[in-house]
Amino acid sequence: MTVVSLKEVSKEFGAGGVRALQGIGLEIAEGEFVSLIGPSGCGKSTLLRIIGDLIQPSGGDVVVNGKSPNQARLDRDYGIVFQDAVLFDWRTVAKNIALPLEMMGWDRARRAERVKELVDLVELTGFESNHPWELSGGMQQRVSIARALSFDPPLLLMDEPFGALDEMTRERLNLELLRIWEASGSTVVFVTHSISEAVFLSTRVVVMSPRPGRIVGIVDVDLPQPRTSETREEPRFAELIRDVRRLLRRGGGFDVEEGSGEEELIVAEEGLQ
Amino acid sequence: MFVAVLAVLVLLWEGFKWFGETTGLKIGSFVVNDRTFPHSFDIVGQLFEPSRRNGPLLIEVLWDAALFTAKEAAVGFVLGASIGFALGVLLAHSRLLQRGFLPYIVASQTIPILAIAPMVVVWLGGRGFPDWFSVSVIAAYLTFFPVTINTLRGLTSVDPRALELMRSYAASPLQILWKLRLPTSLPYLFTAFKIAATACVVGAIIGELPASIQDGLGGAILNFNQYYASSPESLWATNLIAAALGIAFFVAVVIVERIVVKRAPEHVA
Repeated sequence: MTVVSLKEVSKEFGAGGVRALQGIGLEIAEGEFVSLIGPSGCGKSTLLRIIGDLIQPSGGDVVVNGKSPNQARLDRDYGIVFQDAVLFDWRTVAKNIALPLEMMGWDRARRAERVKELVDLVELTGFESNHPWELSGGMQQRVSIARALSFDPPLLLMDEPFGALDEMTRERLNLELLRIWEASGSTVVFVTHSISEAVFLSTRVVVMSPRPGRIVGIVDVDLPQPRTSETREEPRFAELIRDVRRLLRRGGGFDVEEGSGEEELIVAEEGLQ
Repeated sequence: MFVAVLAVLVLLWEGFKWFGETTGLKIGSFVVNDRTFPHSFDIVGQLFEPSRRNGPLLIEVLWDAALFTAKEAAVGFVLGASIGFALGVLLAHSRLLQRGFLPYIVASQTIPILAIAPMVVVWLGGRGFPDWFSVSVIAAYLTFFPVTINTLRGLTSVDPRALELMRSYAASPLQILWKLRLPTSLPYLFTAFKIAATACVVGAIIGELPASIQDGLGGAILNFNQYYASSPESLWATNLIAAALGIAFFVAVVIVERIVVKRAPEHVA
């Protein structure tokens, strides 16, 4: 089943101003882990927000979970995680996780039960009554992930969730995220600008380029599941990273020489239709 | 630290007095002597002298007056803070309302309280309110302004990503107000309450003058003003009590803030 379907989606900011996105077409199936990667200004975060009905597209069709993005949002079909944890300082860890559940009218007992499961899932047992400022950046982000998962949404939208963390914390959280993804069976759309993170996590990597934001190609990640720390040492992992890097370069994502190999790009695009 | 500063202040006071008296310092027609500049210990000592022949001690008289003024100020504070908060919530909802109303709200504060007070007394007089209530209204007039401004500031200073988050949960406007905007604005609100706490005491004291209320600190100040030549210490002592009342209101707000506002330590002002 298709969870996200984008056809000819475009977005302009301001009156006839900057073209942030142009001709975006993408289908994401249930259970996929899709990364959007590209340099700053390629519109990857904008695209994520369009899927989440936080920004309206200027043109094109967007279908989320078989409905309009607006209906999907009202039905709470997705959970979202930002680069910063965006936790409420005045709430404890447990209450931050329970925030969406309060909104949905769950009673206290049911909330407490669910929070306990989630705290176990993200391995924060013992920190339930701490306040956000008492946690490290990595722990805060785990609270944020638990909050997004609390109501068990079929779709998880993540906007550079580990971008502000150090490399070691990031790699550990990558593994945890994969474990959570496998356990929950939900679909993930993941924005990042780390190539290795995108390849390590994803079933598909969507490479975007700026001015205007568009998809230059998609890399199918055929690394075996489940992925472990050893996955990064496999030769195939290095090859896939090279593939993504080439696409990025072609799209103007690197300040390296451009051109050469247009045919390859077209093949990569067609291979995904 | 508080005690150390107090000691320094007393030292400065007495030092200046000594300096002024020994050198015969003159600033315009101002001369330092026991009448213009009584000894600090005489001022405190005056509190424990009878206020009039065979009467109660001055401190007992002032204590009663302070309690009376405190009642006026507290009612004024609650009234002003509620109105100020409601106005802030209303204005936070629309730019248009802000543009329409803010100039008048600012203008209201530039009119001297002494010009407003007699009108309030006339309007509210004989309408079934107790006499002191008009004083509370005057205190409220000084209180609501900082609360409105800071409520507005607090409610509109919400992290845009937190708003996106609430939107992603399909939160209702009421849920956003209650679970996000209000908690975010609490530190701003308490900053306003601290300003308002002292302002409402000043408002109450000043409001007692045109309202011809004798039972509060304003009445006492007016009274001791007339006897300043014979007993300057009484007026100074009254000022001391008025200041203490302002501090008491301020401390009360700080205590409530400590209990209510849960924030990262560096956010607590």
